[in-house]
Amino acid sequence: MEIRFRLLFLIIATLAMSGCAATKNLFGIDDDEAPPPTAEPPGEVVDPQVERREIKEPAIDREDFEVGAFVGMMSLEDFGTDVVYGARLAYHVTEGFFIEGTVGQTEAGLTSFEELSGGARLIDDDERTFTYYNLNVGYNVLPGEGFVGEGRAYNTNMYLIAGLGSTRFAGDDRFTVNFGLGWRFLLTDSIALHIDFRDHLFDIDLLGEEKTVHNLEGHVGVTVFF
Amino acid sequence: MLELSITTTHSTSRNKLFASLTGLVAFALLAINPGFAEAADEKLRTVAVADPYLELHTGPGRGYPIFHVVDRGESVQLVKQRTAWYLVRTDRGIEGWVDLAQMELTLNPDGSEVEFTVAGLGDFTNAKWEVGVLAGDFGGANIISLYGGYSIDPHVSLEVWGSQILGYFSNGWMGSVNVVHETWPDLRVSPFFTLGAGVIHTSPKSTIIQGEDRTDQVGHVGAGVRVYATRRFLLRAEYKSYVVFTSRDDNEEVEEWKLGFAFFF
Repeated sequence: MEIRFRLLFLIIATLAMSGCAATKNLFGIDDDEAPPPTAEPPGEVVDPQVERREIKEPAIDREDFEVGAFVGMMSLEDFGTDVVYGARLAYHVTEGFFIEGTVGQTEAGLTSFEELSGGARLIDDDERTFTYYNLNVGYNVLPGEGFVGEGRAYNTNMYLIAGLGSTRFAGDDRFTVNFGLGWRFLLTDSIALHIDFRDHLFDIDLLGEEKTVHNLEGHVGVTVFF
Repeated sequence: MLELSITTTHSTSRNKLFASLTGLVAFALLAINPGFAEAADEKLRTVAVADPYLELHTGPGRGYPIFHVVDRGESVQLVKQRTAWYLVRTDRGIEGWVDLAQMELTLNPDGSEVEFTVAGLGDFTNAKWEVGVLAGDFGGANIISLYGGYSIDPHVSLEVWGSQILGYFSNGWMGSVNVVHETWPDLRVSPFFTLGAGVIHTSPKSTIIQGEDRTDQVGHVGAGVRVYATRRFLLRAEYKSYVVFTSRDDNEEVEEWKLGFAFFF
């Protein structure tokens, strides 16, 4: 009997205490207690708070430009041969075509007439500087390899160029057409040696009647792709 | 012969300028070179081969032979690009050139398809900047022109021109500012109209005894076409009618025809 009473007493006591616990918050006694967690909707177990990784691909280094300097010999019609030197800049549009700008300078010597006549001069000394610039279109032909010894091969190709520009010589600027043939020898993928032969044509009336003169240039150069 | 070499060594200020210009280029060559060694340390873009194999050529051109193939699943690094060819480096350090068509069949590290930005007709219409060279006939004289343009919107652009005029009797230069209107900028062959003003300087040739240098203002109207060629490359042909406002009683009129090419970027 006593056990039954004791059980009854415990049940009543438990109910009463839980009732007190439920009504406790009615009076705002314990405000800082966290509200009971709301039930999660079924199915959403884990919500990963990880942002999607932005993959930024490194840029590819483009090397379509070629810049360099050259030195060689240039034979001016009627005015002898002297050293020519200059610079070039090229932009490769496709594997075949490129466009190119060149500047160069040489010195004109004496004509046969000037040498034989003694003192007579056709042009002043400061007009003997021969400076040109040209804008050319080029096309690569005959790509191939050059072999040095047994174990080494270098890429080579020939190219044809043609273009126009201006030449300052004998006191005037002269409209100039030039064309030529070159050979490119790639020491590495970025450094090239050049051998070039070009003809610069313009009209000049310095020796009386107007004529078209051919000025032949041969030079070697070094360029770098960037 | 000795005399010849002595008489040709006069040094003018233009000579010095020219020599320093050439020297500058030579210096630039030296300065650029060490850059290649440093570039090797940079992080390179990596792609995975998705086709059965990737063909490596010895040079950046169709004619150069294939000397190595990379199998599907392996990855390669992109060292550099020249025109439509890519220099790639394999895991074993072998370097060779691969063309654009094959590179487009590779995959990015995250599995997506590789896309290379290749300039096309859309860029031809929408590109902001343009630089070009034209040559032709300016009232019987030869003319060589360089221009740069900025596009305000696909229809309207502003251009600055500099020209050298090489004639039979006189030489000169001309600078002008143009407004260009393209009616159908999205066409491959895009016609345009232009309006501009500038300055022309003419000096008679030294073999002509009389005459003095002149500088006059010019105004012009013109029309032409821009034709998309390939990549960033376009061809351009144009006609312009100039009025030279001389200090004499009547103005001169000059017609100009030009043809050339340009790049947009």
